[in-house]
Amino acid sequence: MQFGIFSVSDVTRDPVTGYTPSEAERISNVVEMARHADEAGLDVFAIGEHHNPPFFDSSPTTLLAAIAATTKNIVLSTSTTLITTNDPVRIAEDYAMLQHLAKGRLDLMLGRGNTGPVYPWFGKDIRKGVHLALENYNLLHRLWREDVVDWDGEFRTPLQGFTSTPRPLDDVPPFVWHGSIRTPEIAEQAAYYGNGFFANNILAPNGHFKPLVDFYRKRYEHYGHGRAQDAIVGLGGQAYIAKRSQDAYAEYRPYFDNNPHGIRIPLEDWTTATPSSVGSPQEVIDKTLGFHDIFGDYQRQLWVVDSAGLPQSAVLKQIDLLAEEVVPVLRKELAARRAPGVPEAPTHADLVRAKYGDKPARQPRPNPNRGDNTTGTSPYQDSDPAKAAVQPAL
Amino acid sequence: MTATTVNHIVPRTSVRSIVVVSAGIGDPSSSKLLADRLAQKTLDLLRERGVEAQVATIELRDLVQEIGRATVSGFIGQDLRPAVERLATADAVIAATPVYKAGVSGLFKSFVDLLDNDLLIAKPVAVTATAGSARHALVPDEQMRPLFAFLRALVIPTALFAAPEDWADRALGTRIERAATELAALIHSGVATTIADGSWTRYQHEFDSIAQPTGAEAQVASPADTEFTGIDFDSDLMRLATGGTPAAADRS
Repeated sequence: MQFGIFSVSDVTRDPVTGYTPSEAERISNVVEMARHADEAGLDVFAIGEHHNPPFFDSSPTTLLAAIAATTKNIVLSTSTTLITTNDPVRIAEDYAMLQHLAKGRLDLMLGRGNTGPVYPWFGKDIRKGVHLALENYNLLHRLWREDVVDWDGEFRTPLQGFTSTPRPLDDVPPFVWHGSIRTPEIAEQAAYYGNGFFANNILAPNGHFKPLVDFYRKRYEHYGHGRAQDAIVGLGGQAYIAKRSQDAYAEYRPYFDNNPHGIRIPLEDWTTATPSSVGSPQEVIDKTLGFHDIFGDYQRQLWVVDSAGLPQSAVLKQIDLLAEEVVPVLRKELAARRAPGVPEAPTHADLVRAKYGDKPARQPRPNPNRGDNTTGTSPYQDSDPAKAAVQPAL
Repeated sequence: MTATTVNHIVPRTSVRSIVVVSAGIGDPSSSKLLADRLAQKTLDLLRERGVEAQVATIELRDLVQEIGRATVSGFIGQDLRPAVERLATADAVIAATPVYKAGVSGLFKSFVDLLDNDLLIAKPVAVTATAGSARHALVPDEQMRPLFAFLRALVIPTALFAAPEDWADRALGTRIERAATELAALIHSGVATTIADGSWTRYQHEFDSIAQPTGAEAQVASPADTEFTGIDFDSDLMRLATGGTPAAADRS
């Protein structure tokens, strides 16, 4: 079971002090936050993608590459990478590069995002949002698994004899999670490919995402990847923790009351009705064990700890409290509850072992430049000669 | 709809269920009174035909806080859920609202705004309103009828409206009888079941919507078979989801 934090990269005015951090401050703070989470022993740090203020992370792979350089163990991920408006070829290239630089400490979560204008800004049609997500992933999946790809889809220029470079680290693609809050087609795609499925588990009532998660589990089994209970499920959440419950509520209340979602009900009612976790470490532990009661064994738990303008000092404190008082207990309790044979979320090492066993991993080495800046009909020394690249005539 | 959803659906019986949704505030409320008269008359007519039916009332005034909370929190809370489930299993609905500022009451509209788009598909619905002046007489026809048309309900031909003077006019009783005849005929005919059984999968359903085809007893009887009701695995999107391409005819 992996535990970590995720952020949407918002730059928000602190409603208590009235102070709004600059983009520069917030970017530094988030890098520090990821490093702190790594040092504290959390397993995952994930960052969202946005293309407008008040968010800063338009370039998750650049940010995560910097974080990868200054962290040791933490798995880096996204929450989410926009599979709709990004060219899947660029996703294949950028994240494969990041996977190399992070030495395999990378997976990614694909989503449709929640900001309508991003579609027209990138020349896409929001009415085709689900189509884009599905088709783009189909291409991404192939680009990471086939040296040479011919492609003809509805949304992007056809590809002839295209090789996405660099090939994934050890020729093992990063593990992919599909994030969705209401779209069965996305859950179906996750199940079809045997990928992970992530429910953000925020801003909705307790158990709201269970039907979609159960759907994914059943379809995962349907496609022969394992039992329904073995499907790879991630859940989000939000946490604000203090040693004493009343302090947690008192400290967090102004941030909740000024939330940008328009939710204007008492914090106590909100934490009762939804997966939002506010309180003492024990309360947050109990709440999270409740997720297990609802969803069954799952593989990844992420919390938002830096939203709504919380100051950096509070964010770092949250990471400490999670890592020192909440996660160790959850690790023990959830391990004890886990049914035999239920897998963990796969790491790069797991995937390499699954593909190669004890044999060495493939390390693609390109054939020589033919003189026109391509390798001609066969990209790598060990490429399958039967599958020749037929490149576009110029 | 998934197995978990099926569990909280009220089991269907052979007794037809007429649900009054009343946004009346007073006690007694004239909006509720008008709806009750229609409900009673409809029951009488059904009974004459040997059809057993019962009336349940959803008093929106008692749910005002839950409706407000659902509006700003984006989800239907535990206390509001039974009302929505009652509508999901209704055989017919009588909608009743007072007219405020030349329109349906905000409470009424706020409640309807929370319903799944497919909750009332093909269900017979009577639209009724009361007002302090006959000048608002077209509110049921001009505001409530389009609202339920959007929800793809079957609104009966006669809309009921009562201003203060109507309560002393025998013509109101005549109109109530006319509306009751229409509503009872639609309930008795089973038209909602016929439509839903024939076309349920052709409507768009939100994932995990609690809507169900009216009167389709098989839907409730066999949850295992209906685990994925509302999910069309043969759609363009599902083909794309499983590595395929949309049907060639749909590609331009």
